[in-house]
Amino acid sequence: MATTTLPPGGLAITADDDFQLERHGVWKRLRRHKPAIVGAFVIAFMVLIAALAHVLPLHDPNAIDNAWSGTPLAPGVAGHFLGTDEVGRDLLARLIYGAQISLTVALFAVIMELTIGTVVGAIAGYYGGWVDYWLMRLTDVFLSIPLLPLLLVLTAIVSATSTKAALNFGTIVIIIGGLSWPSLARLVRASFLSLREKEFTEAARALGNRDGRIIFRHLLPNAVAPIIVQGTLEIANVIILESTLSFLGFGIQPPTASWGNMLANAQSNMSNAPWVAILPGLCILVTVLAVNYLGDGMRDALDPKLK
Amino acid sequence: MSTMSAPGVPVEPAVGEDDLVVVRDLYKYFPIHAGVLSRHVGDVKAVDGIDFSIKRGETLGLVGESGSGKTTAGRVVLRLLPATKGEVFFEGRNILELGREEIRKLRKEMQIIFQDPYASLNPRMTVGDIIGEPLAIHHLARGKEAETRVQELLRLVGLQPYHANRYPHEFSGGQRQRVGIARALAVNPKFIVADEPVSALDVSIQAQVVNLLQDLQEQLGLTYLFIAHDLSVVRHISDRVAVMYVGKIMEIADRDDLYKNPLHPYTIALLSAIPIPDPKVEQRRRRIILTGDIPSPVNPPSGCRFHTRCPVAFDRCKVEIPAMLTYGPSHQAACHWVEEHDGEAPDLTKGRVEAVVEPKTPS
Repeated sequence: MATTTLPPGGLAITADDDFQLERHGVWKRLRRHKPAIVGAFVIAFMVLIAALAHVLPLHDPNAIDNAWSGTPLAPGVAGHFLGTDEVGRDLLARLIYGAQISLTVALFAVIMELTIGTVVGAIAGYYGGWVDYWLMRLTDVFLSIPLLPLLLVLTAIVSATSTKAALNFGTIVIIIGGLSWPSLARLVRASFLSLREKEFTEAARALGNRDGRIIFRHLLPNAVAPIIVQGTLEIANVIILESTLSFLGFGIQPPTASWGNMLANAQSNMSNAPWVAILPGLCILVTVLAVNYLGDGMRDALDPKLK
Repeated sequence: MSTMSAPGVPVEPAVGEDDLVVVRDLYKYFPIHAGVLSRHVGDVKAVDGIDFSIKRGETLGLVGESGSGKTTAGRVVLRLLPATKGEVFFEGRNILELGREEIRKLRKEMQIIFQDPYASLNPRMTVGDIIGEPLAIHHLARGKEAETRVQELLRLVGLQPYHANRYPHEFSGGQRQRVGIARALAVNPKFIVADEPVSALDVSIQAQVVNLLQDLQEQLGLTYLFIAHDLSVVRHISDRVAVMYVGKIMEIADRDDLYKNPLHPYTIALLSAIPIPDPKVEQRRRRIILTGDIPSPVNPPSGCRFHTRCPVAFDRCKVEIPAMLTYGPSHQAACHWVEEHDGEAPDLTKGRVEAVVEPKTPS
């Protein structure tokens, strides 16, 4: 007679192993998106080079070459691989040291913009009513002010209260990030206005979720596409904005290099030494493209419906 | 006075020992604002004074046409919408008086199953996250324990543990509704409002989901408020049935009593619309076709809400709102005609000819 014995603990359900496996597959989907991978490598490469600037065999980015005689030296002349700028400083070294500044400003300013824009837009869209009304009027105020005059006034105020003529790095990040959030806030608000009416939002409330968790865990992931697109576009805007500030004399001040101020200062020599302007411009272009492709891939990878 | 001569006994709602949910004189108005100044110009009277109670382990079916306020009633009972006026007792506590945090904690006890399984699951969350979240919110389980519980729940509703890693869009409508049910069950609730849980599903799937709900009720001792417009489904699952019309309950009775011996003319008309799966009977029987449309809840008819469409309405119905009166052990109706005819149901197939459609004569 065959007897069957139950395993100890009866027919208790044990956690399946594949439950532990990659649950969201975001990384897997991202890896399949080739342009995104190329973009990621380009960004990683630039960050690496910029971070290692001081150990690479480079000229001093702020030293004026003795061979300089009033016009930029052409690439290859006097040991300058990419030539020199309008005052005889090594262009390659300046591009690499400039990358440190430009990429960091871009990163922090965009993080700040995304944070403020998302929080303002999410709260306005989710709560609606008076909260929405006043947050959106505030947004309108920020949007309606022409950027340049505001920058000039702001920087004048900030520099008046500090002893240094130029702004420090943190102030630039705060000014750029603090001024560029309104358009993102509007995008996020629009998404939240429709998302809060969805039945799964009501389900989340019926389960006893607090508002904060509903906003950030349930609704935000559904609004991520416009945020990523806007964020990647803003990287480019921020780099340009920093150059505008530099050009007006309030940004990163020479001799410290940034892509923005290199581009701005190169304008006087556009006809006889175009490479001095083209090279920092190319750096900005490549960064923006790489970030856009990566953002594109991220947006798709975060959407579980796209296989 | 007419109520003196009436055989019906006025209803005295009381919180009984075994009543889990008691709703008393509940109102929900949605204000309408218009113009530049957003003046308050009127209200959508979605729920306009309803009373009912649900005993532990019982299923109360709530039926009515679209726009009768049944879904709003379900939402207000769970306090997903704030009530305009009235009382909702859950285990003896008036939940309309509870604070935000208290009501949040009470969500463990009462849950909802939604109508549309495509809209009620967050497309960015895996099924495991969806079902596991309530456990985290209410600190019921975490880590390995939570995973095990999610898998138990999946099996309980007839899904497989490996489904936890999938996203809602990978499932069919019936499977998604099972996920919605598992989510509602995760917190071990006592009371579930099922808001038309099968009306978005294929007929073949409807039976499976209704049977699942019944099995779960038996296993877990659940109490349901089952909102639907499908009378056959309601008959199948309910112990008692309430019929709603433009924000008010017209009749409430034990299921068999209501289906076999409906009193209110609206209920009678509604029940006559149930198709009978026998072509011979179906051809010969007389359906009662009501004239006109359901009135707007912004401007409900005076007196009895049903008098504009009622084949047996008389003068009193236009001026006096009928009271809910008891006609039998567990049968209540709000109708002047029934009251004045000693609890007799009107025969709607006679009387006003325009309200009756002649049966097709088989050739």
